[in-house]
Amino acid sequence: MPHDHPDDPFHHEGISPSGHPYRKDDDTPLSYWQCMEIAVRELLIEKGVTTPAEVAAQIEAMDARSPANGAAVVARAWVDPAFKARLLADASAASREMGFDIGTLRLIAVENTPQVHNVIVCTLCSCYPRNLLGLPPDWYKSRAYRSRVVKEPRKVLAEFGVTLPEDTTIRVHDSTSEMRYIVLPMRPPGTEGMSEAELAALVTRDSMIGTGLPRRPA
Amino acid sequence: MGGLDAGPVPDDEHDYSLWEKRVDALMVLCSSKGHFTVDGLRRALEDMGEDAFEKLSYYERWIEAVNRNLIEAGVYTTAELGEKMEQVKARGGTYGEAARG
Amino acid sequence: MRTMAPPGHVRTPFYLRGKHGVIERALGPFPNPEQTAYGLPGEARDLYRVRFTMAEVWGEAAENPDDLLEAEIFAHWLEPLDDSHAP
Repeated sequence: MPHDHPDDPFHHEGISPSGHPYRKDDDTPLSYWQCMEIAVRELLIEKGVTTPAEVAAQIEAMDARSPANGAAVVARAWVDPAFKARLLADASAASREMGFDIGTLRLIAVENTPQVHNVIVCTLCSCYPRNLLGLPPDWYKSRAYRSRVVKEPRKVLAEFGVTLPEDTTIRVHDSTSEMRYIVLPMRPPGTEGMSEAELAALVTRDSMIGTGLPRRPA
Repeated sequence: MGGLDAGPVPDDEHDYSLWEKRVDALMVLCSSKGHFTVDGLRRALEDMGEDAFEKLSYYERWIEAVNRNLIEAGVYTTAELGEKMEQVKARGGTYGEAARG
Repeated sequence: MRTMAPPGHVRTPFYLRGKHGVIERALGPFPNPEQTAYGLPGEARDLYRVRFTMAEVWGEAAENPDDLLEAEIFAHWLEPLDDSHAP
């Protein structure tokens, strides 16, 4: 495979409206791998495997998935004990019950308590509950996170600004095969009177991976 | 790579560009249609080795893994890919021109 | 956990090989990824979630020996601990 192509694939150029850098895109020189993507896509269309509309629809479906979906599931579990029980028993079914299309994803929800804090990783590749939370952040796919969080989770969490009591057990879940995981974080104190929608706004993406905690109410 | 030494977890994030989203879509569509399995993709990614992990971005590795699995599945041949890539390159120097949108 | 290290695609992390754990839950049978990875039909194999202590996995190097690590492991990578013939 051509490792020696001259294009540097990793330029960050500019900042997007969401505050994240763009990678080079439409108006920058065509890279070897972009050329391959176009060629593979066109061959698949010519061979009748897929259609332009199907590719566009798949991108739209993926764009529509975001951590807000997971946050809605978490907030429901905080206010509805019966739903929480169903979520912990079968997170795929509970997410579908809320109307989220999670396909064939086999989802396990793991509950944080004062005694246990859960963290999700995939050391073998980059498995992530993408059908519920959208595509994973870059750091989740990084060598540093995948290498270190199974060995020194407390140091890694500290880098994310999370420090847990020594007597809280950390459970690291390595998504090695068929299951995907979502953390059910603890409901923050001082949220007793809040609505489900207000609670969902406190649930961050990282709190569902285990590298963060929910926001505290303002 | 679990347990290997590594530096701090990078805190940069980027929005996926169109070509990256297209790679993702092709992966999902082709695997859901049974042309390969996610395990086949993972195997191809592993076989690309450490060098690819260091030098290529995530979706650069993925398009290569998708391509390998499609050739192995007989969906198209290496020669067909080669010809098509030449045609694509000839259309223009940017992604937008080469992809015709 | 078995210690074998054959070439090829497996879903069993190196850092867990040879380590002792307990089964957290059974997940049921899944097509063997060691076959599906090569475009072959996967024979059904039982998959388990296995729990390890950090002390077991990392020994003296463990950051906190009582923290836990859980992973999904196929049955053919597991062997019973009470087997007196185990290495």
